[in-house]
Amino acid sequence: MKRVELAHGSGGLATHQLVKDLFIRAFDNPWLSLLEDQARLELNDFNTGLHRLAFSTDSYVIDPLFFPGGDIGKLAVCGTVNDIAMSGATPRWLSCGFIIEEGLPLAELERIVDSMASAAKRVGISIVTGDTKVVPCGAADKLFINTAGIGVIPGSLNWGAGQIAAGDSIIVTGTLGDHGATILNIREQLGFKGALESDCAALDTLIAPLIPVAGVKALRDATRGGVNAVLHEFSAMSGCGIEITERELPLSPAVRGICELLGLDALNLANEAKLVIVASGKAAPVILSHLKNHPLGVNAAVIGEVVSRPGVRICGLYGVRRTLDLPHSEPLPRIC
Amino acid sequence: MCIAIPGKIIACQPDGYALCDIYGVLRDINIMLLGDVSVGQWVLVHVGFAMSVIDETEALATRDALQTMYELDSDVGILINRPLRGKDNVAG
Amino acid sequence: MWQVDQYRDPQWVSQLLDRLHAQAGLLNNTRSHPFRIMEVCGGHTHAIFRFGLDKLLPQNIEFVHGPGCPVCVLPMGRIDSCIEIANYPQVIFCSFGDALRVPGKTGTLMHARSRGADVRIIYSPMDALQLARKNPDRIIVLFALGFETTMPATAITLQQARATGITNFYCFCQHITLAPTLRSLLSRPDTAIDAFLAPGHVSMITGITSLDFICSQYRRPLVIAGFEPVDVLQSVLMLIEQKIHRICRVENQYKRVVPAAGNRLAQRAMEEVFTLNGGSEWRGLGLIEGSRIRLTDSYAQFDAESYFHPAEQQVSDDPRARCGDVLTGRCKPVECSMFGSLCNPQHAVGALMVSSEGACAAWYQYRHKESVYEES
Repeated sequence: MKRVELAHGSGGLATHQLVKDLFIRAFDNPWLSLLEDQARLELNDFNTGLHRLAFSTDSYVIDPLFFPGGDIGKLAVCGTVNDIAMSGATPRWLSCGFIIEEGLPLAELERIVDSMASAAKRVGISIVTGDTKVVPCGAADKLFINTAGIGVIPGSLNWGAGQIAAGDSIIVTGTLGDHGATILNIREQLGFKGALESDCAALDTLIAPLIPVAGVKALRDATRGGVNAVLHEFSAMSGCGIEITERELPLSPAVRGICELLGLDALNLANEAKLVIVASGKAAPVILSHLKNHPLGVNAAVIGEVVSRPGVRICGLYGVRRTLDLPHSEPLPRIC
Repeated sequence: MCIAIPGKIIACQPDGYALCDIYGVLRDINIMLLGDVSVGQWVLVHVGFAMSVIDETEALATRDALQTMYELDSDVGILINRPLRGKDNVAG
Repeated sequence: MWQVDQYRDPQWVSQLLDRLHAQAGLLNNTRSHPFRIMEVCGGHTHAIFRFGLDKLLPQNIEFVHGPGCPVCVLPMGRIDSCIEIANYPQVIFCSFGDALRVPGKTGTLMHARSRGADVRIIYSPMDALQLARKNPDRIIVLFALGFETTMPATAITLQQARATGITNFYCFCQHITLAPTLRSLLSRPDTAIDAFLAPGHVSMITGITSLDFICSQYRRPLVIAGFEPVDVLQSVLMLIEQKIHRICRVENQYKRVVPAAGNRLAQRAMEEVFTLNGGSEWRGLGLIEGSRIRLTDSYAQFDAESYFHPAEQQVSDDPRARCGDVLTGRCKPVECSMFGSLCNPQHAVGALMVSSEGACAAWYQYRHKESVYEES
């Protein structure tokens, strides 16, 4: 089996061959093919009337590298695309840095890179610059990927947590915890099969119809820490409180099953293609209608509202409200 | 000490296992604590073992008791005025 | 999911609450002293807090959260012994997730994992045995934790290990049995408990007579209860009815799961593999005689402590922690001076804050920033 060697990161012939035969071939765009030290992007390529860039970076260290619904490569593209798209921006260009552990099978690296290329093509973005390092066995866990992205924010759009006010509605765009439940099951080898799949996807086309909608206040994708983490972020940044209703939370049966079996709360499980949207109460029905018309938003639901009393709370099945604390660390499966 | 969830047997496997459907996730569950199980049975699953067969008759009886409790207005103690079976201080 | 959802049905819950409130009015002597029901299972504690059932009860009835969480009562020194074993390079140490963040003197199993020990989370004890089969050059150690609900799973696993000639598999036995602790609790003169909600899943294994002594000897009514809101509330109603009619008996609310005789196959497996031998320390409660479970001689070959001889560890709790008082119903979590400030889920000093189903952890998670209470 052919494997990645230290030579592939040495800057010599092996590096050039890897870059040419794998990255340039897969990512296939005029900026990257120039093989300069930097990508040179025409400012004229921005549409007129736009005057702000969205710029974001993220690193991906997920284990396992491959999982139902995606892989680290697809995650690396979609994750940063989504971070850009949260501002209303259209994602345009990505950079991509690889840190590869010596010994990683080349076939796996190829599979991941091809997956990145497909994801980028689907979104209509280009991976225009990159870097490759190979570290000795044990110095990294198989593969780490960093992507940074640039997009252009339309007009005077000013989504952000500072806009949030009491009376606003809280919307989630789909079922909670799909990614976290899937990864937990595989990583800890818990042995559950069936309908568990990561929701990894790019959200730019889900967000685009919301740009002209007046009343959209803030968007955030609910990744690590789940929807609960985003609710706490919104609450802290706005100074407002948040109250959600347990009955309204959308959950897939399989994720609900995992949560019941292992004593977990889907609110704390990671997602990869779910938004938490805060919007004025008046705009909520229109937003919901747009979301439900998109394949990634069919299970969208209003789950709660912003209130003036600080704190994050959940109203249970029988009307009793309780505080929703943020777990100190990643919740672990329980049997007790 | 107690997370145990109902699951439905959907296939018997060799060596003391059965494939169980628990809310749409599937898992091989050890059935050595129950002996024989049949496809379609509901069992209670704890730490990968089927620990008890869920008795549909008793489940219905619980629901009936709840229904009766509500329908009979002022009948105090309906839940304990049932024929005693078994040992002296055990009802039902 | 109807098997679970019907026992969470808001309509049934509402009807049960109506009945409860009506019957509670017929209880005598509860103006100054509420009718106190002790539940002795973390599963019940969790259900009560998660669904807010204690907030929905009539004012003259209250829950007391008793010593039914095997993680909470796990002595810290036992964790240090586990860490010592996990640190051997050839060992794969397998544990339920519940125990991974319990602190010993030298840290937690999670800390040991981050320092390089091969500690793995398992869902089933059989997963640990599978690891032993797949890794013949490693030594697999199962951290066997829990009451009678989980003991049969460990027993079957060890029986299978012996039957299939596995020699690289060991069991660190930390199983405990509930009855002696309840006896000890009820023998104290200041125990103000009026009735018991018994853990349905323990009775599913042991049968419905194992806690008879609570009625016959200590004159407290007891209901074997399931874990969904309808189960818990129906059980409370059954206890109130007993009190009103001055009856004291064991009743089985959870008949759809608990057969009267329990699970005979499970009992036989446990008898073959385990034996009661001496006292065991329960964190917060001290030494409870007759509660320590060990492996029988015919399974001694699988005993991890006999193989690894970890150093005996005695770790004392902070004297300010009132875990014992909370466990025995003498005070509420919030009445301990350390609660929330010095002792919280991020920095758990006391036993009941360590596990997420411990009375203090549950209170902290669901209650401490006092929430608005609203009846449905």
